[in-house]
Amino acid sequence: MPQPREPAQPPSTCIVPPRSVPLSTTCELCHNRKPYLRRPKTGQKICQPCFFHVFETEIHNTITSRKLFYRGERVALGASGGKDSTVLAYVLKVLNERYDYGVEFVLLSIDEGIKGYRDDSLETVKRNKQQYDMALEIVSYKELYDDWSMDDIVAQIGNRNNCTYCGVFRRQALDRGAQKLGIKHVVTGHNADDMAETVLMNLLRGDTARLDRCTAIITQSADSPVKRSKPLKYAYEKEIVLYAHYKKLDYFSTECIYSPEAFRGTARALIKNLETVRPSAIIDIIRSGETFALERKSGGARLKELKLRTCERCGYISSNRICKACVLLEGLNAGRAAVQVNGAEDEPAEGLALHKRLEHLSF
Amino acid sequence: MAVPLTVEFSGGLETLFNNTRSIKLSLARSDGSDSPPTVADLVVHLCAKVMTDKRSELFVIDGFHVRPGILVLINDADWELEGEEDYVIQPGDQILFASTLHGG
Repeated sequence: MPQPREPAQPPSTCIVPPRSVPLSTTCELCHNRKPYLRRPKTGQKICQPCFFHVFETEIHNTITSRKLFYRGERVALGASGGKDSTVLAYVLKVLNERYDYGVEFVLLSIDEGIKGYRDDSLETVKRNKQQYDMALEIVSYKELYDDWSMDDIVAQIGNRNNCTYCGVFRRQALDRGAQKLGIKHVVTGHNADDMAETVLMNLLRGDTARLDRCTAIITQSADSPVKRSKPLKYAYEKEIVLYAHYKKLDYFSTECIYSPEAFRGTARALIKNLETVRPSAIIDIIRSGETFALERKSGGARLKELKLRTCERCGYISSNRICKACVLLEGLNAGRAAVQVNGAEDEPAEGLALHKRLEHLSF
Repeated sequence: MAVPLTVEFSGGLETLFNNTRSIKLSLARSDGSDSPPTVADLVVHLCAKVMTDKRSELFVIDGFHVRPGILVLINDADWELEGEEDYVIQPGDQILFASTLHGG
């Protein structure tokens, strides 16, 4: 039978061996070493060894309680060379060995073709391959999408909607890379701050359909044969950066050279400001997202009606006649032809027509 | 009283400081008094004298407060344990500014 928790004892009755450092300045977990950080989730001041232990154990608990992996599974790890995916690769290797998951992890990187950004970070991933002794597969936009790199795309469409292209292309590229490897599960390095940011964005946009499922740890959408999961879903960005720093992990940090989404940037700044005044806000927002019970209207029924079919162009699984990537490609190729024939004049109209078509697609 | 210290930038923050990852400097209080400088004095100094990028809002907001999302480590310890901007810099301190805002 569980014992009721004892009320906190006044300091005078605590039995603590004499130490050279006052108790108030030791780690709140081991009461032994100098604390190095304050955990944003709990406010606890803890030392480096205790931090490594709780950080890794929480991820292990997430993996086991949600049954993310099964023994003998091959899992692709979406690796960008950045802090999140590098920490994810390192921690999964440690946990796989410590707890004997029996999972084979393979690094999967996407080369969008952005000079001065992705080419440098891919070098980091190649070092990670050696450091973590994992196989590495790199798939590029250029090989998948009619020879279009992101640099080529931005040169043609300009700097405004390029994130749309990159998002659609990357999603499918990860799927195709996984399929090439015969893998049905991709893990990504999305962290707690990313999750909170997404909840907030969906709330601010009134996107209730996404609000409902954006916090799911495992996602499998109708138009993808590959499931995704996010083992770092509850790991704060602050702790990820500190973990990478204290463990001296080799990662690459830079911003994509093309302009980021302004809305996401604003949501991000808001999350960070909230964290300053109330560090638990990030985990609290995720909790809210997880427990929202949204009233089902016609939307839920419509989702179920979506039939799985294959894209008429590329044969890829799609919820529409032509998959999103092929719709975008069609516009790009038409634009390229127009540029070759007429110069650039027709291009804005083409872009507008494309945008109209995109609006009618369900994402 | 000028205090020698090492300042480091990482996580993408180095791009605001001419891609410098580490600098050594000797810092006095910004108000000209003789007491030792604090982290607040350091931030003012970095903005005025060291930052090469004009977009200071990527480093500080509301005057000279370090922007949320930038971690500050004082001799490898979270500055939240050390008094944040009020921490009095000791000779030989190593202070790291690490951005968490850049892509993963």
